[in-house]
Amino acid sequence: MTIGLGHYLSVAAILFTLGIFGIFLNRKNVIIILMSIELILLSVNTNLVAFSSFLGDIVGQVFALLVLTVAAAEAAIGLAILVVYYRNRGSIAVEDINAMKG
Amino acid sequence: MILSALFFYLFAGVCIASAFMVIAAKNPVHSVLFLILAFVNAAGLFLLLGAEFLAMMLIVVYVGAVAVLFLFVVMMLDVDFAELRSGFLQYLPVGALVGAVFLAEILLVVGAWSIGPGVPRVIAAPMPPIEDISNTEAIGLVLYTRYLYFFQAAGLVLLVAMIGAIVLTLRHRANIKRQNVADQVARTPATSIEIRQVKSGQGI
Amino acid sequence: MYQAIVFLPLIGAIIAGVISLWGAARRCPGAETAHGAEDHGGPAVDESHAHGAPSVHASSVSHPSHDEHAEQGPAAEGSRAAEIVTTALLFVAAVLSWIAFYNVGLAHRPERIHLFTWILSGDLKVDWALRIDTLTAVMLVVVTTVSSLVHLYSVGYMHEDPYRPRFFAYLSLFTFAMLALVTSDNLAQLFFGWEGVGLASYLLIGFWYHKPEANAAAIKAFIVNRVGDFGFALGIFAVFMMAGSIDLDIVFAQAPSLVGKPINFFGWNADALTLICLLLFMGAMGKSAQFLLHTWLPDAMEGPTPVSALIHAATMVTAGVFMVARLSPLFELSATALTVVTFIGATTAFFAATVGLVQNDIKRIVAYSTCSQLGYMFVAMGTGAYSVGMFHLFTHAFFKALLFLGSGSVIMAMHHEQDIRHMGGLRSKIPLTYGAMVIGTLALTGFPLTAGYFSKDAIIEAAFAAHNPMALYAFIMTVIAAGMTSFYSWRLIFKTFHGKPHDQGHYDHARESPLVILIPLAVLAAGSLFAGYFFKEFFAGHDVEDFFRESLKFGENNHILEEMHHVPWTVAWLPTLMMAGGFAVAWLFYIRKPYLPGELARQHDVLYRFLLNKWYFDEIYDVLFVRTAKWVGRTLWKGGDGWLIDGFGPDGVSARVLDVTRNVVRLQTGYLYHYAFAMLIGAAALITYFMFAGGTH
Repeated sequence: MTIGLGHYLSVAAILFTLGIFGIFLNRKNVIIILMSIELILLSVNTNLVAFSSFLGDIVGQVFALLVLTVAAAEAAIGLAILVVYYRNRGSIAVEDINAMKG
Repeated sequence: MILSALFFYLFAGVCIASAFMVIAAKNPVHSVLFLILAFVNAAGLFLLLGAEFLAMMLIVVYVGAVAVLFLFVVMMLDVDFAELRSGFLQYLPVGALVGAVFLAEILLVVGAWSIGPGVPRVIAAPMPPIEDISNTEAIGLVLYTRYLYFFQAAGLVLLVAMIGAIVLTLRHRANIKRQNVADQVARTPATSIEIRQVKSGQGI
Repeated sequence: MYQAIVFLPLIGAIIAGVISLWGAARRCPGAETAHGAEDHGGPAVDESHAHGAPSVHASSVSHPSHDEHAEQGPAAEGSRAAEIVTTALLFVAAVLSWIAFYNVGLAHRPERIHLFTWILSGDLKVDWALRIDTLTAVMLVVVTTVSSLVHLYSVGYMHEDPYRPRFFAYLSLFTFAMLALVTSDNLAQLFFGWEGVGLASYLLIGFWYHKPEANAAAIKAFIVNRVGDFGFALGIFAVFMMAGSIDLDIVFAQAPSLVGKPINFFGWNADALTLICLLLFMGAMGKSAQFLLHTWLPDAMEGPTPVSALIHAATMVTAGVFMVARLSPLFELSATALTVVTFIGATTAFFAATVGLVQNDIKRIVAYSTCSQLGYMFVAMGTGAYSVGMFHLFTHAFFKALLFLGSGSVIMAMHHEQDIRHMGGLRSKIPLTYGAMVIGTLALTGFPLTAGYFSKDAIIEAAFAAHNPMALYAFIMTVIAAGMTSFYSWRLIFKTFHGKPHDQGHYDHARESPLVILIPLAVLAAGSLFAGYFFKEFFAGHDVEDFFRESLKFGENNHILEEMHHVPWTVAWLPTLMMAGGFAVAWLFYIRKPYLPGELARQHDVLYRFLLNKWYFDEIYDVLFVRTAKWVGRTLWKGGDGWLIDGFGPDGVSARVLDVTRNVVRLQTGYLYHYAFAMLIGAAALITYFMFAGGTH
């Protein structure tokens, strides 16, 4: 059957949901959170490109490119923070990160 | 047609499965590898959509840089193989419910939508047919002209990220010798040399 | 000239006040705390009665026997200047007052001097104006003469006190307020003077404010006065309500038309004039220490003796009497009010005399005597013989001030000893003071031809001749009181000046007071002897009409002055008989058979202690009012303000906020995934809402 826009959007939706789940269902370590964020960004990209393709508008892809750039930058910084945090705390288990408890 | 549908389902299925394994895997290295797999499959999906440049970019940037970075960090941080703690199950019902709600809504939207009548007129930059110019060229035509500002801004973002990463993680170890050029240049004979008169034949 | 009389004391007060402040600033530059002479050089205080309002003298027997100055130290700078300036200004005012007395009273030239407009508000128009008629002139003379003599006396009496400028400032301030009171042309100005003398009384009673008893006494005086002033203020409001103005001329003109009109007072229809007069009289009761509001007067003896002489003998306490006389046009129209006045006056006369019988502090004896004599004045007022009441006010000022100042001289000689049980045999040591005291006593008891004889006997005759329902009661009370007056006055003299000295140390050191103290005594003695004879026609004789003219109103049915002269001769001689009887009993008790008083006291112990403790009024008031007021205050504070308002208001709200916050804070776990989860739930809810409630489907 013809793969329409809806299919791609569904895929993106599922990826998005999985990314969200990854953030709060994970107990293990912070890296999983960062990876979940990458998944979310991936789903967004998929969405953008799908629309670009079906509407015939190149702007979607340009925007996806920019999102890609930002995602890379953000991953780099996130990991740098994580490294420094690990140096100071010695652990990256999510349950141990509750210094903001108020 | 059938083939493209088949490929679509293949790519989509593996992508979703590996995304699930990213969050479910016990070993963080496995998580990263599954992430790489998800990215690759997503690139495949992009290819199916006709966005070749972007698909390759996904491989180069995401897999080649970001995922590798993740792997570096995972290896460096000496992470324990933590067991899934029991709290996981505590949230599962509520989380599953919320997730189901989300999914249902999204699918509802997806099922009921239709492109508005006025949309074709407001398409910002119509994509020229693939036979005339390649996807890459098409993107380039638009990116360096009308979206130049965003392009430069993205560059700045990357610059900031690079500086930020260095600033955050750099630390000076005390026992490593390094040069301080300013100190070297500022040294004067008065502070570094001491002239002694030595009688011939004798030492200091 | 009249402005000068009223305002010269004010100028003196301001000058002395400036000197006192300047001196205080010099003594402690930049310091907020009390000044140099902190050391209480005097002996330790016996008991500290430092409980705010009416302090309960558990037993007057153990009353502190020393007049505790407790203020030693170098004299304040400018003391001499302050003394001289204020005293001189007062003497000028006194001379002018006598001129005014001649002008207005004898030469028939009353005046009304408008100074400036004070209040102009809707229907209320109040001017600051001086009303100089005969009544005013009489009061001017009394106030300025006694005040100037007291100023002079204080130069000597307060010689060792370090804070003289403040004292003289207060004395002159008081004089100014009193003069403002007597020259007032409207009720607001009268009230100003009323409050002013109350204030000055507080300041002067509490002059030695390092003593807790003085502070307590000052507050007691002020508060009891306040109770009276509350009635007075209500009276003024009632006057304004009925007459539309508080200007005396207007009110008096309207008074006859108000007869029989009712006022709705808490649902009870009262006769307007009676109610007004009773309320105003309540003020007089407080100010003049009449029967129920008398408790402050004996305690007021904590102040220096000149203060007692000026304020609590001659002037402030007579303000009430003056007020009734001034408002005679109103009082004449209300027989009920006059009856009440007579009753209260008579009861006071009797009550105070009974208490004065057994007191041991020389000043307190004289204080109760004052209280009693004020009762006499009100009896006169109540029977309609206003001029006779004023006559007694006039003469009483002289001999009571004499008695107080003489007591002060005795106290100085005995080096601040005030208990007459520790005195004795001073006759030979301070003969001039003795003479002055004897003259004063003769006048007080009504020895024939002294001033008191004419005025006091006139009152008793008026009481006999009056048609007032309380007249007979008043007559009996005043006659008995006359006998008791004689007894306690001579008791004082005998115990102080006769017999054997009880305190050899003090006795040996006693010496006569300096001239600056003796001169006022001499002047007042002359007044006590001769003021009666020379002025009796003006006040109680045939020249009353001519003398007072419109300043006192005698109603058509008021022929008391006439009837007074036609009483049977037995009644006329009865007071003199009582006087002689009192003298005889006192002589018996304290000269012939000195063991008798002790015996009598022991046998009638309950009665003795009842009288000694002033009929236990202080104790009763303490339970009835003080405890109640404190309980109410404490309950409103702890319960009303603390629990209710604070609890439901600021404190309650802040506590609830804390509660809520404490619970809300539990959401902030610090775990990122919790926050993400919350975000997720929020997003899901939002999307659901927009899908089904708003936006297009």
